Amino acid sequence: MENKLGISGLVFNEPFLWEKSKHGRCGISIPEQDVEQCLLPSDLTDGAPELPQLTEVDVVRHFTRLSQWNFGVDSGMYPLGSCTMKYNPKTNEVQASLPGLAYSHPLADEDVSQGTLKIMYDLEKYLCEITGMDAVTLQPAAGAHGELAGMLVIHAFHAQKGKQRSKIIIPDTAHGTNPASATLCGYKSINIKSNENGILAPETVAKVMDEDTAGIMLTNPNTLGLFEENIKAISDIVHSKGGLVYGDGANMNAIMGIVKPGHIGIDVLHLNLHKTFATPHGGGGPGAGPVAVIKELELFLPCPKIKKKDNNTYSLIDNSPNSIGRMITFYGHFNVMVKAYSYILTMGAKGLKKVSQLAVLNANYIKESLKHIFYLPYDIPCMHECVFTDKNQEKYNITTLDMAKRLMDYGFHPPTIYFPLVVHGALMIEPTETESKETIDEFIKALKEIAGEAQNNPEILYSAPHISKVSRLDEVTAARKPCLRG
Amino acid sequence: MKEINDLNLPENIKYTEQHEWAKKDGEIIIVGINDYAQDQLGDIVFVELPDIEDSFTQGEEFGTVESVKAVSEIYIPVSGEIIEINSELEEDPELVNTSPYDKGWIVKIKPSNLSELDNLFSKSEYLNMLKG
Repeated sequence: MENKLGISGLVFNEPFLWEKSKHGRCGISIPEQDVEQCLLPSDLTDGAPELPQLTEVDVVRHFTRLSQWNFGVDSGMYPLGSCTMKYNPKTNEVQASLPGLAYSHPLADEDVSQGTLKIMYDLEKYLCEITGMDAVTLQPAAGAHGELAGMLVIHAFHAQKGKQRSKIIIPDTAHGTNPASATLCGYKSINIKSNENGILAPETVAKVMDEDTAGIMLTNPNTLGLFEENIKAISDIVHSKGGLVYGDGANMNAIMGIVKPGHIGIDVLHLNLHKTFATPHGGGGPGAGPVAVIKELELFLPCPKIKKKDNNTYSLIDNSPNSIGRMITFYGHFNVMVKAYSYILTMGAKGLKKVSQLAVLNANYIKESLKHIFYLPYDIPCMHECVFTDKNQEKYNITTLDMAKRLMDYGFHPPTIYFPLVVHGALMIEPTETESKETIDEFIKALKEIAGEAQNNPEILYSAPHISKVSRLDEVTAARKPCLRG
Repeated sequence: MKEINDLNLPENIKYTEQHEWAKKDGEIIIVGINDYAQDQLGDIVFVELPDIEDSFTQGEEFGTVESVKAVSEIYIPVSGEIIEINSELEEDPELVNTSPYDKGWIVKIKPSNLSELDNLFSKSEYLNMLKG
């Protein structure tokens, strides 16, 4: 491939800050002491912490060098997509950095926090509108935390009915965190299989749904990137036995403005602001996993809750006897909420719908462009992501891992691999809405070339990546004999 | 990965649909995962073992095997009580890869109903299942 995106460049080896430390070096000048020294009682102190001693330039170079080893969505296409984090528009950072928001403090009185409370209140309402649900809590700190909050709501609902249930239905195309959240609430997971088209059949649910089952947890679109088209029939079955439907909204990026989960029988839904609503995640900052519920479940939401009073002021209300309680200190990750709020206002209703349309279009374009080269287990229109496998490359002894690693040499981040588990050797690609046709074409071309290499030059794949700072890592030894201390 | 015909599948043991093996040794049953399973999983990095005296019924999950690719549940081939676990796997999980039928055994069971062994596959039945 001529002029390929990924080339090698000069990066630096960099030791730990501890190793760079030299006694007496310092990056700051502390003002001269102009008051009498007053030492703390010695039983309150335990010696000074041992910190590395460095100049400012030592520290700046250290972190700049580390950042140069990195691959992020700001440097290139990252086909993990919204599954992990999509591109974060910079305007969101500007809004979140406004001093009035950045310096707001959770212990400040309500009368000086009206702006922050209004933003949270309005964001709840926007998320209600987008999901078609009736009430939202913004408290949970990330997706799995939101799942836990949502499942605690379901648990509280059954407890209030006077009879707790013991089981929860989870399809094989749900997210792996779902059974963990259910287990934390004391429910036993009943696993059911999707059908030959990769979606859930109502009959399969009907067979296991009974009056000791609290409900079902499903992801729509599911982890195969397919729309659960029987969702209404499934939710009717679950409701008829007194159960509730939990929707994992991690894949909401495919359906904004097109499907409202609240209109198809979902009772509880979590959203990942860092997935669908373009806020940073991982090294970029904390996440946020709001939970949306139908009217009947609102009383169970975590407290404090934000209330709008008659005089158009806002207040945090703690008095909520049926609430599952607090999910986090104060009220969650406010700074993340500002970024999602900024994103929603920037895009507007039409813009959000377009996001989902383009995300789905881009994934289908990749699927159609590559399905003659890579094995496509479910050859039907996909939503925001498409799933291939390494079946066609097996005869050359090339695995999904080899091809994913080789993509780095072409300048692309590897996609999600070996997930979902229902597909053997899965290679899951989610381009998201923000990649241009040129970038996607370049990505498709790279994967086609890699498929050619698998056939003609497999050796180059076994040891890939070659031009990254570190080549193929020994994941096996790292997992078997982890070195957890420096 | 191995071709089906290259798999090491001893004649004198029984196989499950989920790729465990069971071997009768006097009054006890020794259990592990077979060559196909270890080959498909790849390098095994962790084996989660049950506790001694835990009881399981045939087909019930009794532990997990973790490779760099995936975590897989393992299912008990015959009902019974765990009388011994292979604690060497805690330090050296790769024994499941290098010696699936010998040093890589996972648990020993005191079976509650030996006739359940008859529900399991012989080598040729197992091979037929793999070939589909």
